[in-house]
Amino acid sequence: MANFYTDNPDLRHHLTHPMMRKIVELKERNFTDAEKFDYAPLDFEDAMDNYERTLEVVGELCGGLIADNAEAVDHQGASCSDGRAHYADGTVENLKACRQAGLMGMAMPRRFGGLNFPITPYIMAADIVSRADTGFENLWGLQDCAETLYEFGDEDQKQRYIPRVCEGETMSMDLTEPDAGSDLQSVMLKASQKEDGTWVLNGVKRFITNGDADIHLVLARSEEGTKDGRGLSMFIYDKRNGGVTVRRIENKMGIKGSPTCELVYKNAPAELCGSRRMGLIKYVMALMNGARLGIAAQSVGCSELAYREALAYARDRRQFGKAIIEFPAVAEMIAVMKAKLDASRSLLYECARYVDLYKIYDDIAKERALTPEERKESKHYNQLANALTPMAKGMGSEYANQNAYDCIQVHGGSGFMKDYACERLYRDTRITSIYEGTTQLQVVAAIRFVTTGTYKALIDEYAKEEVRPELQAIKDRLAVLTEMYDSAVKAVLEVNDPTYTDFMARRMVEMAGNIIMAYLLVLDANRTESFTKSAQVYANLAAAEVTRHAEFIRTFNRDDLNAYLQH
Amino acid sequence: MSLNIIVLAKQVPDTRNVGKDAMKADGTINRAALPAIFNPEDLNALEQALRLKDANPGSTITVLTMGLPKSAEVIREAIYRGADGGIVLTDRALGGADTLATSYSLAQAVKKIGNYDIILGGRQAIDGDTAQVGPQIAEKLGIPQVTYAEEIVDLKDGKVTVKRRLEHGIETVVAPLPCVVTVNGSAADCRPRNAKRLMKYKYAVSPSEKASLPEEKQALVDGRPYLQINEWGADFVEADPQQIGFPGSPTKVKTVENVVFTAKEARHLEGADDAGIEDLIKELITNHTIG
Repeated sequence: MANFYTDNPDLRHHLTHPMMRKIVELKERNFTDAEKFDYAPLDFEDAMDNYERTLEVVGELCGGLIADNAEAVDHQGASCSDGRAHYADGTVENLKACRQAGLMGMAMPRRFGGLNFPITPYIMAADIVSRADTGFENLWGLQDCAETLYEFGDEDQKQRYIPRVCEGETMSMDLTEPDAGSDLQSVMLKASQKEDGTWVLNGVKRFITNGDADIHLVLARSEEGTKDGRGLSMFIYDKRNGGVTVRRIENKMGIKGSPTCELVYKNAPAELCGSRRMGLIKYVMALMNGARLGIAAQSVGCSELAYREALAYARDRRQFGKAIIEFPAVAEMIAVMKAKLDASRSLLYECARYVDLYKIYDDIAKERALTPEERKESKHYNQLANALTPMAKGMGSEYANQNAYDCIQVHGGSGFMKDYACERLYRDTRITSIYEGTTQLQVVAAIRFVTTGTYKALIDEYAKEEVRPELQAIKDRLAVLTEMYDSAVKAVLEVNDPTYTDFMARRMVEMAGNIIMAYLLVLDANRTESFTKSAQVYANLAAAEVTRHAEFIRTFNRDDLNAYLQH
Repeated sequence: MSLNIIVLAKQVPDTRNVGKDAMKADGTINRAALPAIFNPEDLNALEQALRLKDANPGSTITVLTMGLPKSAEVIREAIYRGADGGIVLTDRALGGADTLATSYSLAQAVKKIGNYDIILGGRQAIDGDTAQVGPQIAEKLGIPQVTYAEEIVDLKDGKVTVKRRLEHGIETVVAPLPCVVTVNGSAADCRPRNAKRLMKYKYAVSPSEKASLPEEKQALVDGRPYLQINEWGADFVEADPQQIGFPGSPTKVKTVENVVFTAKEARHLEGADDAGIEDLIKELITNHTIG
């Protein structure tokens, strides 16, 4: 039986990144939990061994049960009756197995029953689950919401809810409404405080992934008469209390096993999480950043499956007397798919490590004051995490879609039939560049790191790293691309017109992303030789892309702008 | 009601994916070329035991295995999935045992464990394919046996109700406790390893494994009694030297011949529709009959 962790040595390469020692030692507070919990690690090596063994369990479950169930889950889909959403049979089996394997609440502290994993190995599990069944990754990955509960809930709420998540109860984040999609400031769901101080929710939410979950985080308007984000608070709704029904579930193109619900709240009792008015401004932003990293991982899982399915088919399929992979046109597609996969995965884990570091510092700050040095580091890592998260989600999901497209292309006519996994993958992958903020919104989140120079500073750091002589040529090329990027950004900013900057934003973010990912692959190849091919292929891709964007910006006639903007 | 459950398990060479070097020239299995795994049907038996434990809180599952000291790995695997502990029955004197000597040795170990309500094991091991050891143990202990079990439907009032998978269909039988139940591969798959248990028990070792550990790990095992896997020898289970190992094994292999597999077990698949045909194809691919 396949094991989706052990059959993919690239994962181990990312798990054993040198920065992990710092992450683990901080996360485990010098391994003091070992005295209190019999499953806590004794030292760094022991912790890493725990992550690997657990990922082997994830890999076994995914390579067996979950991958085997994916097709039937896609066919059966989730359903809705009597005000409840019902999972497909395979989904029920998958969830049960994940509970038995103890894979829920992986990143939660041990005192709440979690595994206390850093984000990096947790995100790796998401990457693996997504390869097995993209839609199931949503249900499993919503354990992320516990992170928000842990960060912003009070101690009593943490003690009541987080252990339930670790035991396997599922979660949802109820944000979107019919008139509040990308624009969450317009949320209308009404939270009213009764005389005894408790809250009830009334209204409708739409497009809620796993909307019939056991525990919901709900964004609602608690301040009557307000119209913007400052009137919104976050609430916890416990399904055990009743008051929310599923009116219908969406009939979707893909991820059919993941029920997307329309929810009706009728005097649903709920409790406030954190402070009033901070719902959107602070908590949902944190929730979304976590979720975006999750979608970045989901996208990489899709890319992985696309690459593997295409490679297997191209080796197997014979035309004109030879395997089609022997034709350069097909071979190139496969090489580029692998390069995009590797690039987006490197960015994903680079991002995950920064998220780990700043979140761990945040958590330590609840126990003791950070030293000035630690505060400085924490702020730096937080900024990098904020800069790389939208990039990893935006570009990673676009690459996943491109790979899913090319996967069908490699299959030819057979890929258009329902007979191969690539057809399901194509439909499942499509959502990754839409939900948790479209690619266009990821650009909006990322552009300030272009204009303030965060990406450029990061690129300069990568450029300082020494590499093997044979990789130096790639680095030299990247230095030239960096100059092109820098000039393009300066040229756009000199115009000093926000509309013009917005118009060019995607191009500039992509240029930064191309260069960052190309550097990351060079550094990967420096540490593990097998990445060299992808580093070469991706550098060529990055050069073509950066040059194309630079040329567009350099030669763009601003008089043409209206041709794009006025309809 | 809390139960004392014994699960019989065996570490076997993985004969499901054999290569060219799987057999030695003399016709015996080349164990070095095949990875050692938990005998698949013993995992089905373990799952039935774990379900009994889920339904009867406070029950304990003891895994008993006979083999080389390294078969403690089977005990750890079972503990990761929810078993409480285990015993490795290992001794040079037990080597070379056929099914008669094996079942005698295991029955002696079961007697040593003493108080038990039910003994579960796989129908057969994939290295020998005899399906004799479970039934022989029942005979030696003088208790009933239920073979080809697919599901333990119920266990109460000193009786167990078992669904048996037979060639012509399913039979449900009731047996008094204690008894031996051997479980078929068509029973529910075993649940996965649990991450927390994996982390908690990964350093669990038998005394002979412990001896080869570095000192600090030995100290860790000494300080955490739950990390100690029992290891019993032939003397400890009061086995008669004439009934164990080579002396106790009347089976003599004369020659080994290559044979072509014929149908061993019948599977009835219902329905002539697409779903039925798809099930059939999947089954054949899983069995490596095609594909």
